[in-house]
Amino acid sequence: MSIVLEGRARRLGDNVNTDYIIASTRKRDTLDEQILKRYLLETVDPSFAASVQPGDLLVAGRNFGCGSAMEIAATVNLAAGIKAVLAESFARSFYRNAVNNGLIPVECDTSSIREGDRLVVTLSDGRIAVTTNGRTIAARPLAEFMLAILDAGGLVEYIRAHGGSLVS
Amino acid sequence: MSAPKTISEKILSAKSGRDAFAGDTVVCDLDLVIGTDASSPMAIDYFERMGGTRLFDANRVVFAFDHYAPPSSAQTAAFHDRVRTFVGRHGGRLHEVGEGISHQIAVERGEVLPGDLVVGADSHTVTCGALNVFAVGVGSSDLAAAMLTGKAWFRVPETIKVSLVGERAPGVAAKDAALALVAMVGAEGANYHAVEFHGPALVKFTLEDRLVVSNLAVEMGAKAAIFPGDDVVAAYLAGRTTARGRPVTADTGARYAHEIVLDISTLTPRVALPHDPENVVTIETAAGTPIHMVFIGTCTGGRVSDVHDALAVLRRGGGRIAPGVQLVVTPASREVAERLTAEGVLDELAAMGATITTPGCGACCGTSGVIPGAGTNVLSTANRNFKARMGPATVSIYLGSPAACAAAAIAGHIVDPRDLDR
Repeated sequence: MSIVLEGRARRLGDNVNTDYIIASTRKRDTLDEQILKRYLLETVDPSFAASVQPGDLLVAGRNFGCGSAMEIAATVNLAAGIKAVLAESFARSFYRNAVNNGLIPVECDTSSIREGDRLVVTLSDGRIAVTTNGRTIAARPLAEFMLAILDAGGLVEYIRAHGGSLVS
Repeated sequence: MSAPKTISEKILSAKSGRDAFAGDTVVCDLDLVIGTDASSPMAIDYFERMGGTRLFDANRVVFAFDHYAPPSSAQTAAFHDRVRTFVGRHGGRLHEVGEGISHQIAVERGEVLPGDLVVGADSHTVTCGALNVFAVGVGSSDLAAAMLTGKAWFRVPETIKVSLVGERAPGVAAKDAALALVAMVGAEGANYHAVEFHGPALVKFTLEDRLVVSNLAVEMGAKAAIFPGDDVVAAYLAGRTTARGRPVTADTGARYAHEIVLDISTLTPRVALPHDPENVVTIETAAGTPIHMVFIGTCTGGRVSDVHDALAVLRRGGGRIAPGVQLVVTPASREVAERLTAEGVLDELAAMGATITTPGCGACCGTSGVIPGAGTNVLSTANRNFKARMGPATVSIYLGSPAACAAAAIAGHIVDPRDLDR
């Protein structure tokens, strides 16, 4: 599997919880990500959703996706055209939800990345690298099981490919 | 003979059929799979897209209507109908509106037992760890895979050993200890880790106290938060179920990532300031902060002992709620509500002017129950105080013990509950 993503960095801070990504009160009204994407990260910045362009990449600090394990907080990013999230660290439930839906969680040193920077994220042979401002940032490799799920296209496709089972 | 193991390593070994240690990836058989009305509609979509036509075992799949209890919109009612229709077709146990919060029901009714491995599509599923269960919160896709296969894959976590020592002073609640622990460990200090509780003070933590501590462990990122299978666990189960499970304790010499010692004799009441649970301060730091809504409820603070703690403080304050304060009480389950009703507690609270709502998650995440007004301050027994968590982004949520909440209801501002009658 080889994936190359190019896009614009959208800077966020530490401890962005899933309620900030999409509020529980929005999810109460609909599960349609095409509607919910209008409210992406509204608690952090009410103007954020309108400024998102397909291909944008979220770049956060520590503990991205903490709080509720709600999966819509992963899928709403994909609906907005965001295919990867870079962070110093991720909360485990968000990390798992992201992989299960094909949203790539990139754990790396994001301290030098600024709003608007052009990023190239390369996932190849299980290794992830981020290129920005002419330099390459190494990222933590994905666990083998997670790579297999991403490779399949997500958990749904993985399970279908394994005849309704988690193991071959 | 195998090397010594933590509780997590023992449970995940037993459920995977492997001799598993921290760092290993294992595929495990699940004892129970839990969905809620907030997570199951999406899970049903995933289940169908996975090609699911039947549950792996209808007796091991449970759904609870807790986040939208009662449904307050056509859409939330439709979410419930979606799950009801699914259960009608495929089976699975359904806990209807008013039965309570998923993991609270699981603990009360012996749906989970010591030594079990449980996934729940609710981050606070970790609460079941109080009953010596490896219980982990997952999203809707992992829930769907679990419903279909009865299995889940895990990286066996490293474990943080938390030793509880010292005597707890009067007026200091389990919530105060739990908030102190969140502050010590930090919002991500236990990320990817299990937390295991040890120490001589353990025996002084009732099962209800332990539920509070396990519950808040997810606010430091913990994957599981497990108490040992000791006499406190056995005593709780006695009279509830004849089943005893397979109680697990850690082996001597088990390897831990690190150890934290929490001396509870030095603790005083705490509150978490807006907008993160890790913003914990001693209560005097926040004293005087005006409070407009007091919320006693949730999977952290909505059990019988919590409401008893609150009632004792309210009585000491003459039962007179300060003008301008709305007191909201939401029992965590029907069992809790029935017990409080039988004791006359809910009537007494209602007579003081409290709003009593349907058992469930209530106002915690703004999905059912009372929504606080814009610009107001809330003191809550809940676990999360994120901005906009309860509705408006201009609400400031403070977290405290049931006693601290009750004291604020009387005073109209944050006050040390031990100072109330001075």
